[in-house]
Amino acid sequence: MADNREFFYRRLHSLLGVIPVGLFLTQHLVVNHFATKGEEAFNRAAGVMEGLPFRYLLETFVIFLPLLFHAIYGLYIAFTAKNNVGRFGHFRNVMFFLQRVSGVITLVFVAWHVWETRIQAALGAEVDFHMMADILSNPLMVGFYIVGIVSTVFHFANGLWSFSVSWGITISPRSQRIMTYITMVVFVALSVVGIRAILAFV
Amino acid sequence: MSENKTVRFMITRQDTMDSAPYEEEFVLPYRPNMNVISALMEIQRNPVNAKGEKTTPISWDMNCLEEVCGACSMVINGKPRQACTALVDKLEQPIRLAPMSTFPVVRDLQIDRERMFDSMKRIKAWIPIDGTYELGPGPRMPERKRQWAYELSKCMTCGVCLEACPNVNSKSDFIGPAFISLVRLFNAHPTGSMNRDERLNALMGDGGLQDCGNSQNCVQACPKGIPLTTSIAAMNRAATVQSFRNFFGSDHQVD
Repeated sequence: MADNREFFYRRLHSLLGVIPVGLFLTQHLVVNHFATKGEEAFNRAAGVMEGLPFRYLLETFVIFLPLLFHAIYGLYIAFTAKNNVGRFGHFRNVMFFLQRVSGVITLVFVAWHVWETRIQAALGAEVDFHMMADILSNPLMVGFYIVGIVSTVFHFANGLWSFSVSWGITISPRSQRIMTYITMVVFVALSVVGIRAILAFV
Repeated sequence: MSENKTVRFMITRQDTMDSAPYEEEFVLPYRPNMNVISALMEIQRNPVNAKGEKTTPISWDMNCLEEVCGACSMVINGKPRQACTALVDKLEQPIRLAPMSTFPVVRDLQIDRERMFDSMKRIKAWIPIDGTYELGPGPRMPERKRQWAYELSKCMTCGVCLEACPNVNSKSDFIGPAFISLVRLFNAHPTGSMNRDERLNALMGDGGLQDCGNSQNCVQACPKGIPLTTSIAAMNRAATVQSFRNFFGSDHQVD
């Protein structure tokens, strides 16, 4: 990257991962969780999201553009690392490795998920409870979705930890350790929300 | 008692900068309190490998022999560290020696550490005091701050943190943890802070501190126990503020 733009790109990558992509992920999982209250509740919640004003504008600037930048630049970051977990098995190095692995899994999962739902919707399919129930009638897809969601949520939660270091919020080892606990609670909590929603469609 | 005791070494060797590395085994008579350097010296005196063949002596760098110069860094049993403080009694055998391959290998265990000296120039790792006239004494440094800064000043440019870092490699231009911490050291100095924006802006250039991926291997590997990850996070905060100052403008670039 010429012209010393790398600092800007890396900080933008870090910021976009949390705002708006991370926020959107949380909101998406929460809306999905309505599926545990039944078909009608889910369809109503999804309908509200679908009916938001300026939908294309919101989708473009809150979801697709930030997500694309984060994904493509993230892939570049992931593949410039030379992982050495075998030589250095410390907790943070393992997390460094998992962050890169989960990022790649998440990219594959999200690409597939967008194709299966949003692009199909653009081609005229109806996005509702039945669509998901149909997709998840295949046990393989249930497995794929659970792996995808856990990996996405992990990438987000651990990304919150690195976000707070990258922006200089947590400096002391103690604050970084407490942030590890907080982000792991976020990981477990959002995983539960996500997996409950998936199982509600099965 | 220990007359027949021996020490085995597996050494990764390389004849020239461009030739392929190969392993050679050596068996040496054990002596009490041996370290890796004294073993290498023994091989130098009698360059015969484990098969009994005469070979070339091993090439390596060393200087102070008390872990303050950083010259004898190499990968010992998988971990980058100084050969002078690697005691044979505390190492599992066969003792595997390899060059820190993050750096260009000159020959055998000898590496070219020049990229680190270039990095120090890039981040201006000094305090400019020269002028055309006598400037008088600089501002005083509080004693407690001096003690704190002393810990950061222990860096000996040994390169161990660069070898440990997953983001310092041939695919990346990352400057490495040591130099981020050095910016913190020189910016903490009352006179050094008069140029702190220059060091920060150099650190925010391509291959700068933003390439850190927080694997935190550096702080685990540092032989001097320098709080490298704390320095990185502290410089991240300073860089955040500096980037805002650069973009929005500020009258406080240096104070």
